[in-house]
Amino acid sequence: MDFTLTADQETLRKRVRAWLTDNIPTEWKKFGLSEVPRPEAYEFLRKWQKTLYDAGFIGLTWPKEYGGQGLTFVEEMVLHEEMALQKAPPILNILGVGMAGPTIIAYGTEEQKKRYPAKILSCEEIWCQGYSEPNSGSDLASLQTRAVKDGDHWVINGQKVWTSLAHVADWMMLLARTDPEAPRHKGITYFLLDMKSPGVTVKPLKQITGDAEFNEVFFDNVRVHERQVLGGVNNGWAVGLTTLMYERLALGFGLQVRLRITLESLIDMAKRMEKHGRGVTKDPVMRQKLAALWIDTEALKYMGARAVTKLLRGELPGPEASAGKMGWVDTHQRLQELAMEIQGPYAQLARGADIAVDNGVWQYSFLRSRANSIEGGTTEIQKNIIGERVLGLPKG
Amino acid sequence: MDFGFNADQEMLRATARKFLENECTSELVRARMADDAGFTAQFWTKLAEQGWLGLVYPEQYGGAGLGFVDLTVLMEEMGRAVMPGPFFSTLLGGLVILEAGSDAQKKEWLTKIAEGEARVTLAWTEPNARWDAAGVTTTAKAGGSGYTLSGTKLFVPDAHVAQALVVVARTREGKNPGEGVSLFLVPAGAKGLSVKLLPTMDQTRKLCEVKLDDVVVPAGALLGAKDGGWTPLARVVERATVALCAEMCGGAQKVLDMTTEYAKIRIAFGKPIGSYQGVKHKAADMLVDVENAKSLTYYAAWAVDENVPEAALAASMAKAYASDAFRKVAGAGIQLHGGIGFTWEHDLHLYFKRAKSSEATFGDATFHRERVAQLINL
Repeated sequence: MDFTLTADQETLRKRVRAWLTDNIPTEWKKFGLSEVPRPEAYEFLRKWQKTLYDAGFIGLTWPKEYGGQGLTFVEEMVLHEEMALQKAPPILNILGVGMAGPTIIAYGTEEQKKRYPAKILSCEEIWCQGYSEPNSGSDLASLQTRAVKDGDHWVINGQKVWTSLAHVADWMMLLARTDPEAPRHKGITYFLLDMKSPGVTVKPLKQITGDAEFNEVFFDNVRVHERQVLGGVNNGWAVGLTTLMYERLALGFGLQVRLRITLESLIDMAKRMEKHGRGVTKDPVMRQKLAALWIDTEALKYMGARAVTKLLRGELPGPEASAGKMGWVDTHQRLQELAMEIQGPYAQLARGADIAVDNGVWQYSFLRSRANSIEGGTTEIQKNIIGERVLGLPKG
Repeated sequence: MDFGFNADQEMLRATARKFLENECTSELVRARMADDAGFTAQFWTKLAEQGWLGLVYPEQYGGAGLGFVDLTVLMEEMGRAVMPGPFFSTLLGGLVILEAGSDAQKKEWLTKIAEGEARVTLAWTEPNARWDAAGVTTTAKAGGSGYTLSGTKLFVPDAHVAQALVVVARTREGKNPGEGVSLFLVPAGAKGLSVKLLPTMDQTRKLCEVKLDDVVVPAGALLGAKDGGWTPLARVVERATVALCAEMCGGAQKVLDMTTEYAKIRIAFGKPIGSYQGVKHKAADMLVDVENAKSLTYYAAWAVDENVPEAALAASMAKAYASDAFRKVAGAGIQLHGGIGFTWEHDLHLYFKRAKSSEATFGDATFHRERVAQLINL
């Protein structure tokens, strides 16, 4: 067991640290340090990601020939830690970087691997994820969007929903049913869909926060060339699960880091606020709650380190990977609830009120955090996965 | 960076598990619960033969020269078996001697401990139940050629079977309670020393009240510098806390294993209960608690081994988390077993009680969260 870094990794740390100090735009502060990219910050974040790409500080574990740096998850962790320490802006094309890119690198043809990943990293092309449908959420394998073969094309009809970033996305990871006769997990295909294709309609959905960050997406006879299939026809379930595994793993670091940034902001806020005539951080109950969040956040970091160690040793990540997402959800939602509790009656004031705490950013993130236990697999589904695949309990 | 155990440590784990499965069965644990000693001489000899009694002491003092990460592996396995007996208390006493003792004291006592010839416990806490230096009110007055010790020590583990006790006593009053604490090695038979075994909820842990009624010890009984005992004691407690956390992780993992196996075979309404989400989800929650506790504990073990500046914070984070996690997991284990889990016959209560005694040792979750708050400058 050893937490020390090699000389090269230490050099990288110093290089990242110096670079971030010089390159995080001062403009970022005005967006209020939200951990989720908000619509008014999209253009800013697009430029930020391009800056990161040009400096070689994104896609560290991806192969060099596909735009990455060919490094290990340790370097990736170092990068994320430094970004957390300096409260760097989040990655806008997170679904591309966390899910589409690694899945294409794992399953893609050479042509696909040359075509897509680099532009994902540079944020030239933003990706969204076309999985959930109005009648298929947790029970994803029941999805009904159809793809029918017509010559060398597939014709797509159906609807996706809760599609984050679809309104700004250039590409979609699309799951559609290609064989309705096959057992339901075996008739699904994974497509790389150009969002500018004729017949694709995106309707933003206003969500609990008032923002429209996710969408409904309709497909009306959308024609997709067969070379846009990823990982083979009717193999979409396996490919899609790979995506979800990467989501847990790769996004895991990012999430933990964003959590640490948010926690630092929360402590910062708590130190400025008073409750019952004394500083919030002098209140023993508040100290307990803040310390508990600190501990839980650190636990996620070491859980991540255990998963990385397994990867480096060529083993598959075990229970720590599944437990990571659940731990993150619970900790983040409690953090946001504590942010409201600390503010007391001020918790009622939203953006626009000039006396709102931190310009109302906490009200936004508090509301936004309710989605955490739903998006990327509900907490209930995560518990089923842990119960069945990790603990080996029988299916219901 | 490598956050996992190496091949030697995995081998130690396998050896310890096999040994304890044979030598520390439920039947034997229960027999030790029922008797006062809590262990047998034969079992103690076997622990010595395995090299575990001196695992973390340097080879020159008869130890195996291994570190806290290695000890973590062993303690996890001992926790898994709810191993009774004075292993942990002897570790406490030995660590204080290692930390504060002179070369001659270390040579004499650590060698004896490693060989299984001596057990040394730590008599620190008092009826005031405090974990800070101000809680040390037992006095040691210099006079003649030595010191006279007076006071009452409470919650002293295994004092009734120890050959010597490390007694924490105040040699000087002052503004800063940390300055003026000294450590003394007191032989079990000393005149004026009386030990009373207390009935405990966790019968695998024997606790004593130790009264010091003008116990006279020679100057050579002092471990380390006079008035300078608090710093080495705090360091030992920090390290022992991590070892305790490892034991708690092992116990919690065992409860999860037992519960999972039961949920696969127990049928209700025609199906294994583990297929119901009410059971499955609770089991998943248990797993998250266990894995988080392990992650924090492993990190703390590395941190104390390497003596990094964050070691104190790491130890408190681990103890805060593990204290709640083991109690919750053991409670959920009973709940998911239903009536059988509430019986004396089933082993679950051994873990439930061990969780409670471990939680109360060296500060509970609330105590350590406050310590974390201080260490992160809240």
